[in-house]
Amino acid sequence: MEDTKSVYSICSMCTVRCAIKVEVEDGVAKWIEGNPHVPGLEGSLCAKGSAGLAFQYDTERPQYPMIRDGERGSGKWRMATWDEALDYIADKLKEITDKHGSKSIALVDRGGPFTDLTKSFMKALNSPNYLDHDDTCGKNTNMACQTLFGYGRTDMIYDWPNTKHIVLYGRNVFESLMVKEVNSILDAMEKGAKLTYIDCRATVTASKADRFLMIKPGTDYALNLALINVILNERLYNVDFVNKWVTGLTELQSFVIPYTPEWAEKETGIPAQEIINLARDLSDAKPKVILHGGWMLARYFDSFYSSRSIYILNTLLGSIETKGGLIIAKGAKDASKKPLNSLGTNIPDVKDKIFDADMPGKSLGTGHVVNIYKVIKTEEPYPVRALFVYRYDLIASLPDPEAQKKALDNLDLLVSIDVNYSKTGWYSDVLLPESTYLERSNIIGTQTGPKPAFIMRRQAILPRYDSKPAWEIFTLLAQKMGAGQYFPYKSIEDIWNYQLDGTGIKIEDFNAKGFVSLAKEAILMGRNDLKFKTPSGKVEFVSQTLEKNKFLSFKPYESPKKTEKGIFRLTFGRCGYHTHATTQNNLYLNELMPENVLWINEDEAKDLGIKNGDIVEVSSNGYSGKIKAYVTPFIHPDAVFMVHGFGNEIPMKTRSYKKGLNDNAFQIGQLELVDPVGGGTAFLECFITVKKA
Amino acid sequence: MSIYYIYQDQKRCIGCYACEIHCKTWNSVPLGPRFCRIIPVGPKMIGSVPRQQFIFIPCFHCEKPWCVSACPTNAMQKRTKDGIVFVEQSHCVGCKSCITACPWGVPQWNPETGKVIKCDYCKSRIDQGLKPACVTKCTGKSLRWVSAAEASLLKREKFAREIAKFGVMY
Ligand code: SF4
Ligand code: SF4
Repeated sequence: MEDTKSVYSICSMCTVRCAIKVEVEDGVAKWIEGNPHVPGLEGSLCAKGSAGLAFQYDTERPQYPMIRDGERGSGKWRMATWDEALDYIADKLKEITDKHGSKSIALVDRGGPFTDLTKSFMKALNSPNYLDHDDTCGKNTNMACQTLFGYGRTDMIYDWPNTKHIVLYGRNVFESLMVKEVNSILDAMEKGAKLTYIDCRATVTASKADRFLMIKPGTDYALNLALINVILNERLYNVDFVNKWVTGLTELQSFVIPYTPEWAEKETGIPAQEIINLARDLSDAKPKVILHGGWMLARYFDSFYSSRSIYILNTLLGSIETKGGLIIAKGAKDASKKPLNSLGTNIPDVKDKIFDADMPGKSLGTGHVVNIYKVIKTEEPYPVRALFVYRYDLIASLPDPEAQKKALDNLDLLVSIDVNYSKTGWYSDVLLPESTYLERSNIIGTQTGPKPAFIMRRQAILPRYDSKPAWEIFTLLAQKMGAGQYFPYKSIEDIWNYQLDGTGIKIEDFNAKGFVSLAKEAILMGRNDLKFKTPSGKVEFVSQTLEKNKFLSFKPYESPKKTEKGIFRLTFGRCGYHTHATTQNNLYLNELMPENVLWINEDEAKDLGIKNGDIVEVSSNGYSGKIKAYVTPFIHPDAVFMVHGFGNEIPMKTRSYKKGLNDNAFQIGQLELVDPVGGGTAFLECFITVKKA
Repeated sequence: MSIYYIYQDQKRCIGCYACEIHCKTWNSVPLGPRFCRIIPVGPKMIGSVPRQQFIFIPCFHCEKPWCVSACPTNAMQKRTKDGIVFVEQSHCVGCKSCITACPWGVPQWNPETGKVIKCDYCKSRIDQGLKPACVTKCTGKSLRWVSAAEASLLKREKFAREIAKFGVMY
C-alpha cells in the first residue's frame, strides 16, 4: 500500500504565494493544486505553480553549502558542510563587526508575510540595516498611497467581485498574474463590470478589455491630470465623500486648470474625447470603481506622482473603503484577535540608525535598496561591509549588473541564501541553499485584508539535498554569532507555538484548510467613521508628510524624454509563465518560452528594414546583444518590449544558459536613477538602439 | 465521440498555458510532446479593441477515431464504457500510423520510449470521480468538464448572448 498524504501549504514559484494543496506519495510530491478552500482558487493554479514539481525534481539548483574558491563570480566553488559554511560566515562577521560595529552588517530580503524572521535576526545581530526589494517594485505606489491615506499599497485591497468599472494602467493582470485576482476580475466582468486598459502595448489584458487606450510611454500622469480636470470641472466627483474626508481640494482644483483633455491628447496620444468619456463613465459607476494604483511601478521619474494621481482619482470617485472599491486591509486586531507574537519582541531595540536615515537628497522613507550601493561605495555615513541577500537576486533585479558587481567588490562578505542559482548567489562568497517551498515550513504569517487570516507554509516532503529551511539557517547563524538567547528554537513547532501563544489558535487548527480565518465576514469601517493614518486623519491631497520633507504635493507635469529614429525606450514585463529571473531554466516553463523576443512597432521596423522574425542588434552605452524581432502594430512606436528575466549567465542552469537578453544589462549608468520622491528605480528611463543584425 | 467534452469559455481563457503544464505534470510527459495545446490566434483589432484568442486543443476522442482504425496492433483503443480513446503502451510498436491518420495531429511521439502517447482525459482521474488535470487547475476556470450534450447547449447560449451584445460574432 502506498503511503499518501495531502498537505496544505503556500506556493513559492512566484511572490504571489497562492495557497496550495500538495499530494504526496511515498515521500514524493506528485501533484500540486490550488487550495480548494480558497475562493477564487478552488483548484486553479498557474503554469508556474504546476511546474513547481519540475523545479523540485530538478538537479540544476544549489544542493549544498558552497564557499567561493576563486575570484568573485568566477564560478569556482568548494562544497562545504553547514557547520563549515556557518563558521566561515560567523568568523568573518566577527572580524567585520570588531572593526566597524554591528551596523556594518546589512540584509536585503525580498519581503512578504514571513519577514518577522529576518527582521528579528537583524535585531538580534544589533543592526538597523534590514531592507527589502520594494524599490525595484511597489515602492513608488506604496509611498504615494502613504502620503494620501497613511496606509501603504498593500493595505488597499481591491474589491474586484463587487466593482463596476476597472481601470488598469499597464497593470497586466492576466499575464503578470495572481490566480485569485484573475478569477475575481473575470467574475466581475461576467457580472458586467467594464475594463479599461491603458498601456503602450496591447497585452493579453488589453485583449480582454472593453476599452484599450494605447498611451505614449511615460505619460500616464498627463492622462490622470486631465481626468481630474474633467471630473472637477464637470462636478463628476463624489461630493459628500470628498467634502467630508479630503483636505486640499481647492489646491488641487487650481493646480489642474491647465491640464485639459486637449492638452493631454498632445502628450499621451489619447484623443481628448476618449478622456472625457472615460471620466464620465467612471462617474456613472462611482463609487464602485477601481483604478489600480499600480504594482511594479518602479518605472519613470514621475511614477510616484502618477500613482498618487490614480489614488486621488479613486478618492474623488469615493471608492475608498466601500464595496466594489478599495478596502483598507484589516489585521488580527481589527478582527478583535490577538496578533501573532513577533520573534523580535524580547530582543532589545537597535540604537543605531539605518544607513540612509539622514542621507542627503534621499527620497521618502528609509531602507532604500538602491542606497546600499551608495553606502558600500562611499562608506557614508558609516561602512557596510557584510551583506546577506535572502531570496532576492539584486544583480538580476537592479539596473546595470556590472556597476553593481563593482560596488559589491568593496564588501568583505557577501552571503546569498536562495533556492536557485541567482546571479547574486553566483557572485557571493558563500551560497547557502534554502530548502524549497515543498521541503520547508515557514513561520506563520498574517494575511491582512477585509477578512484577515493566519497562513502557514508547511513542509510536504523531505529535502532532496543538503539544504535547510530559513528558520533554521537564521537560528543557527544567530547562535553562532552569540545571539542564541534570542533564537532558542529547536523546531518550527517551537516557533509556531511561540507565535500563536495567547491567540487561542493551535497548530492543529491549520490542518483542515491550511489557514485560519480571523473573521467570518469582510470588516468595513462605517462610511462616517473612517480612520486615515495621515497627520490630519483625512485623505491628504495636500500632504503634510510631503511638505515637511520639502516635496511638492502636486508636481507640475514634465514631458518624457523624446526618442529619435531607431532609438527606443526599453520596456519590460512578464508573460503568464515566467517570473523574475527564477523560472527561465525550469524544464517545463523553458519549453513554453525558451528565450525572449523584442516587440517593435511595425512602422518603425519597416523604416529600419526589419521584418518579423529577423535577428536584430540592440545596444546602449557600448553594451549590445542579439534578439529576434517580433514586429507588431500592438506596441507604441516609441517603445520596444522584452519579457524580463532572460540572459542567464550561470552555466549550471543549462537550459536557459545564454538564451535571450537581460533588460537590466542595457540599463547602464542607471543604478542610482530613481524617482526622487518615491525612491523607486526609474527602470524605463533606458533607451536602446535597434538595427538589423 | 466520448460521452465527455472539455468546453472552453474563451472569455475566461487568459492564454497562460497552465493547462499544458497541468497535463504534463499529471501524465509525466517528457519534453517535446504535448497532449493538449493552446494555439494563440491574433491579436487583431475588432472595432476599437485588440482581440486575441487561445484555442484549447486536446484530443477530441472521436466517435469513429481515425487513429484507432489506423493502428495495426490494437494499441490505440476506445473505451467502451465512455468512449475515451487511449494507447495501450504495451501494444504500441511505434509505427506512427495513428499520427498520420489523426486529422488534428493529436497522438504524440514519446522520444524517450519510441512509442505513441496521447491525451486520455486523464482516465485514472475520471475513474476516481475527478476531472482531467487541465480542467481541475485551469487558471481562469475557462475549461469545463461537461457532457457532450451540455457542450452544445453552452455553445448555443454563448452564441445567443454574443448576438444580443454585439449584433455580430467575432
Ligand atoms: S489554463 Fe485555462 S486559462 Fe490558462 S491557457 Fe489553459 S484554458 Fe486558458
Ligand atoms: S487522436 Fe485524433 S483521431 Fe484519434 S480520437 Fe483523438 S482527435 Fe480523434
